[in-house]
Amino acid sequence: MDIVKAENVVFEYIRRDEEGNPTDVTTALDHVSIDVRQGEFIGILGHNGSGKSTFAKHLNAILYPTEGTIYVGGMNTKDDDKLWDVRSCAGMVFQNPDNQIIGQVVEEDVGFGPENLGVPTKEIWERVEESLRAVGMLEYRKKSPNKLSGGQKQRVSIAGVLAMHPKCIVLDEPTAMLDPSGRKEVVRAIRGLNDVEKMTVILITHYMDEVVHADRIFVMDKGRVVMQGTPKEVFSDVPTLEKLRLDVPGPTRIAWELKKKGLPLPDGILTAEELVKEIEKCR
Amino acid sequence: MIRDITIGQYYQTESPVHRLDPRVKLLGTLLFIITLFLYKNPAGYALGIVFLLAVIKTSRVPIRFITKGLKGILVVLLLTVIINLFLTPGTELVSFWKFTITYEGIGVALTMLFRLTMLIMGSSIVTLTTTPNNLTDGLEKGLGFLKIFRGPVGDVAMMMSIALRFIPILMEETDRIMKAQLARGADFESGNIVKKAKALVPVLVPLFVSAFRRAGDLAMAMEARCYRGGDGRTKMKPLIYKKRDAIAYIILFSFVILSVWIGRWQVISEFFNSLYLRFILK
Ligand SMILES: Nc1ncnc2c1ncn2[C@@H]1O[C@H](COP(=O)(O)OP(=O)(O)O)[C@@H](O)[C@H]1O
Ligand SMILES: [Mg+2]
Repeated sequence: MDIVKAENVVFEYIRRDEEGNPTDVTTALDHVSIDVRQGEFIGILGHNGSGKSTFAKHLNAILYPTEGTIYVGGMNTKDDDKLWDVRSCAGMVFQNPDNQIIGQVVEEDVGFGPENLGVPTKEIWERVEESLRAVGMLEYRKKSPNKLSGGQKQRVSIAGVLAMHPKCIVLDEPTAMLDPSGRKEVVRAIRGLNDVEKMTVILITHYMDEVVHADRIFVMDKGRVVMQGTPKEVFSDVPTLEKLRLDVPGPTRIAWELKKKGLPLPDGILTAEELVKEIEKCR
Repeated sequence: MIRDITIGQYYQTESPVHRLDPRVKLLGTLLFIITLFLYKNPAGYALGIVFLLAVIKTSRVPIRFITKGLKGILVVLLLTVIINLFLTPGTELVSFWKFTITYEGIGVALTMLFRLTMLIMGSSIVTLTTTPNNLTDGLEKGLGFLKIFRGPVGDVAMMMSIALRFIPILMEETDRIMKAQLARGADFESGNIVKKAKALVPVLVPLFVSAFRRAGDLAMAMEARCYRGGDGRTKMKPLIYKKRDAIAYIILFSFVILSVWIGRWQVISEFFNSLYLRFILK
């Protein structure tokens, strides 16, 4: 069964004047259809303002579609009775690590979600421990979040979502405010979740190198899904990606340039190792 | 400057006072403050001081952390002392120009100084030995009876704990904005108080904008994690009284009873007062 199923979703931000008449309408999502199966690693790419965050907020019933429907775990997000089920089914990690940590101590923050769900005390402790271990932050459990690095804070946020035992975890540009080493550790933690825990992951980002290992990628632009497919399929179309102002990963770009110059390389090379192997084959 | 305020700052160490249930500490502070107003003679003051020092010693918090809280209200303290010193009517001690100091004035001023100092130090102990979270838990549970009157105790406790968590973040941000404005040639030091206040506007405006944005983000993050108000939540760290809390309560109530008793020693009080007036002030 599909964990997430978005059918022709349209969403408009409507600005109104004092009398309540609409003055300005931004169509942030324009007939978006995305489906995600259990256990998949999905990447959603797009330049700033392409509607990625708007889509993410739909998965958590923070926003509702103007047109079309979204099913999360088989539940319609518009169904008011299911609101909390939807939210505990799809966990959200946001961009700014400082603005989503509620607890004063790492472990208390991770326990916040389960507390809200009414999980018994003993089980909360078990969940906290297992979640912190899954993101490699167990040794920091007694620390104050203010003393952690950005990457560590984001991993705590991920643990906080994991502790709610969601079926799927949605990360909205979790690395955008991090330095390169912080980005690496967060991406490694996310991949670990998908590989080891078989967690369904929807990673929203504008760094393409973070999703080269994804099962499928959706590229968004101006509220529409403009490309979709496996990383290989999507990344072989370098000109379109450049037109969408996305940074193509280094190896893919080099391979594409070489190919344009006449080297017989296959399309969609994603990693440096792959590139080296293919170039050696050409000799 | 902002960092001098001790209230809300936790001093991390291991001590029996740190491990006490926050409810004990909160009730303890309340009772301690009440006893301060019971004393009618120096023996009572001495008892209060001995008790406070004993608690400080047990808490293993360096005394300078506790007195740091006093710095923040130094002005208030001085003002109280001066006003009481000069404005209490009674038997004249000295007088110059328009001012008169009376014996009673000295007595009242010293009493106020004592009460305020002890009050601040006593409450600092609680905030220094209790994590803010633990403190709000204590308040939540301790004031839980208000729920009968539909008081939103849980929500208020959550608000307090979030406010406490964001204090260091907002302080850092203030610092950052001030530096950014300094780099653009802002001047926070010179001029009179009006000018200084005006210079703060370019700091406060971005600070408020950012605080509102943070609040919005945080509210969304909390909703996404299924926060729906204080009811129906379970606790990761529920407050449960232990044996040491019972012992602390016994000590506390013994102290209160002792205070009531000593505080009412009128005879001794008069004896001390006359000694005090005769030898110390003359
Ligand atoms: N709260 C809002 N009110 C009005 N317009 C908004 C709001 N949030 C986003 N938008 C607009 O919706 C579009 C998509 O924004 P967003 O989903 O945040 O994109 P992304 O996350 O990909 O950068 C943008 O054009 C943006 O200006
Ligand atoms: Mg965004």
